[in-house]
Amino acid sequence: MKTHVIVFPGSNCDRDVAVAIQNIIGSSPEMVWHKDSTINQSDLIIVPGGFSYGDYLRCGAMASTSPIMKSVIENANKGVPVMGICNGFQILIESGLLQGALMRNSSLSFICRDIIIKPTNTKTIFTNKSTISKMPIAHNEGNYFANSNQIKEIEDNDQIAFQYCDENGDINAHSNPNGSINNIAGVFNKSKNVLGMMPHPERAAESIHGCDDGRNIFESLLS
Amino acid sequence: MLAKIHITLKKDVLDPQGSVIANSLKSLGFDNVNDVRQGKFIELEINSNSKEEAEKQCNDMCEKLLANLVIEDYSVEIEN
Repeated sequence: MKTHVIVFPGSNCDRDVAVAIQNIIGSSPEMVWHKDSTINQSDLIIVPGGFSYGDYLRCGAMASTSPIMKSVIENANKGVPVMGICNGFQILIESGLLQGALMRNSSLSFICRDIIIKPTNTKTIFTNKSTISKMPIAHNEGNYFANSNQIKEIEDNDQIAFQYCDENGDINAHSNPNGSINNIAGVFNKSKNVLGMMPHPERAAESIHGCDDGRNIFESLLS
Repeated sequence: MLAKIHITLKKDVLDPQGSVIANSLKSLGFDNVNDVRQGKFIELEINSNSKEEAEKQCNDMCEKLLANLVIEDYSVEIEN
């Protein structure tokens, strides 16, 4: 399986995700600098977390105009799996590959802690092995928003990937860390080959992390 | 020409920063403040043959980059 990880100035989860891919998928990803212009023949493109361009203007806005994003969009439109984690999710939204917006957390605080998510649609390449999982979030702008028409469209097309929940899998206000509408933690594009999510599966991918629930997303991609 | 661009959150989008600012203003004694909405102000110098052309280009910039139309509205003002 040939994988690519995009590196922007300010990315800081690129190496974490590369280690997770090496350990779970079994081969090292190719690291692609954002100023490169093409990605040829990929089975998976990851847009990692971090603070690309220092979050100037809006998180992900500057990175979405980087030269490599043209090729990421072309690959996504051809059906290549593309996954954005945290800042990567923000970048995919700003580039128009995913719907909605990620606003500042309702608490106005940066949140760094473990949360629990539940897969909403398990019939996709990213979630076919997903169950209720614990993994960390670390963000200031993870408050997912879409207007009522867009939410209806996203729900009708089964595009919600994950929702924040409690240990029993109940989706409620108490288990919502950042104010996201309908507890949304991740969404797909219409054809389900693009996933964006705020939680970090690569930071819960081996026993020394204290939890390896995040592995199921990478394992889903293998099956 | 000088373009002045205001970017504000749409009316149906909650603005928690605005609420906190409103509370702080009230605690300073400005009791008559009802609502605060925080936004962005961008000023840019642009070479253009006409105000109309400059405005059209700024609208395009807002739609492509400066504003996120899912949550934000914008307005453009051009000065000579």
